[in-house]
Amino acid sequence: MKIFVCIKQVADTETKVKVLPDRTGLDPAGVKWVMNPYDEYAVEEAIKTRDANPGSQIHVISLGPKVRVVESLRTALAMGADEAIVVNAPDSLDNFATAKALAKAIEGEGGGDVIFCGKLAIDDNSSSVGQMIAEFLKIPHTTVVSKFSYKDGNVIVERDIEGGAKEVVEMKAPALVGASKGLNLPRYASLPGIMKAKKKTIKELELAGLGIEESEQKVRWTEYQLPPDKPSVKMISGEPIAQASELVQLLRDEAKVL
Amino acid sequence: MAKILLYLETTAASGKVQLKRSSLELLSEVQRTGWTKEALLLGSHAEAAAAELSAWGLSALYVAGDASLDLYNPETYAAVFAEALEKSKPQVVLGTSSSTGRDLFPRVAAHFQSGVISDGVACEWTGDTVKIRKPMYSGKCFVTGEFLNAPVKFVLMRPNQLALIAAPGGSAPQIQKLGMQTPLKTVIKELVKGTSEKLDLTEANVIVSGGRGLKEAANFKLLQDLGDVLGATVGASRAVVDAGWVPHNMQVGQTGKTVAPSLYIAVGISGAIQHLAGMSGSKVIVAINSDANAPIFQKATYGVVGDLFQIVPALTEEFRKTLAHH
Repeated sequence: MKIFVCIKQVADTETKVKVLPDRTGLDPAGVKWVMNPYDEYAVEEAIKTRDANPGSQIHVISLGPKVRVVESLRTALAMGADEAIVVNAPDSLDNFATAKALAKAIEGEGGGDVIFCGKLAIDDNSSSVGQMIAEFLKIPHTTVVSKFSYKDGNVIVERDIEGGAKEVVEMKAPALVGASKGLNLPRYASLPGIMKAKKKTIKELELAGLGIEESEQKVRWTEYQLPPDKPSVKMISGEPIAQASELVQLLRDEAKVL
Repeated sequence: MAKILLYLETTAASGKVQLKRSSLELLSEVQRTGWTKEALLLGSHAEAAAAELSAWGLSALYVAGDASLDLYNPETYAAVFAEALEKSKPQVVLGTSSSTGRDLFPRVAAHFQSGVISDGVACEWTGDTVKIRKPMYSGKCFVTGEFLNAPVKFVLMRPNQLALIAAPGGSAPQIQKLGMQTPLKTVIKELVKGTSEKLDLTEANVIVSGGRGLKEAANFKLLQDLGDVLGATVGASRAVVDAGWVPHNMQVGQTGKTVAPSLYIAVGISGAIQHLAGMSGSKVIVAINSDANAPIFQKATYGVVGDLFQIVPALTEEFRKTLAHH
């Protein structure tokens, strides 16, 4: 099998967000970059699938400014991926152009039997690039996947839907799978894995080489702004019954949410 | 005149087929525009829900009532959605950031060489386009999304963000039936029902969430009781999901669900940054915790320090009395 994993490098949740003075984006100073947490489930499932299907290979691919996104690719290599590709592109290229470039790059590598992504990236919470890649490659997709198996060219997954229900979905490979929590427990990179990943050559592609232009973007983000400060918390003291009574009265008369 | 196509969803949770509240929010929002309005309904509930749509000023309603559409299949949904779009030819398609909407819209947007903006909290309608305000970085900042040369603009709005209004009246829409294709590559083998009949966390208007302060899984009963009185959905922190007390579909926060209800009650949750990332967009936040220094109080509107095992039952009783008078 040939397996692809698409990963995105995102600002760590712990990062304190600062907006640039012209409000066109985030101030990159002080941002800690990590692999999107859902992509870790994707990498782990790819490794398990490769190991269960001898002769298989995992290619991890990421798009963004290459100087920094290669770090997340090395993390995936250290976990156990075989090859890595970076598509050098400006920060926050939109989901349409990103998906088109990744689809072209995957096609350029001869395509895969299964393509794993995270179900969404925690920065824009958009949950779109995976489905768009599947559309460009004309292959089936399922997102929010918490169980995966592959047999004889068929992908069988469980998709978590609303209210705790699940759909069992069977797709003909090649297929794209959006990984969710519950799929597995991502491994930590081993020390030998980290050493090996450091020496690995990462293949570099440029947007232009894939026939993609920045002008193909469909969405632009503007007017970045921090949310207004919340008024400070109103503490309710007293005995439990008095606290409960005061809280209900405030929710009804002051906050008006009852 | 510019045209908008609404992707609407139904529910039969209350025993009768209704439009979801989130779909009524979309119908309410587009009344602010002078655009031609059309809508799409899929599944065997579609015709039953059509009656509810007669007073919303829609000029056309596209319907595919095949029972196979009662389960979401990305392939069949994308095909029937594309057919509706080719018939309707709208400038903007508006749906909800729901389980189905989030999966479906990007694929169809790519098919139409267009972009998608999800998680919208406000719309600004200008000319024949729309700008969308949405949170980024777990609500740590907000941005405006503008479409650039996208032939159709695909937009998904978060539930509980747009104001509901009463249906303005008008004549019933003309119903146009859509065809149905057999899926070639994707088959839904089975639906495994969930344990809860309540609204999904992402759509709930009131949420009661529990954390490690509850001490053991059985004590979630206290929150179920409170939730029943309030009509709330019960959620949980990552710590108690990872401990196996409750299933993952109840997790609020990073690697769980992002929620923005009108009222969020956090019980025995300290407020780790991963949890705050998923609920800080809630309108009113109540924190109940024994530790006055818990970080959750920095995000809360109202804070109660004390023993949750005394406070929560008292609160359930107090809500029961208050809501009975309404």
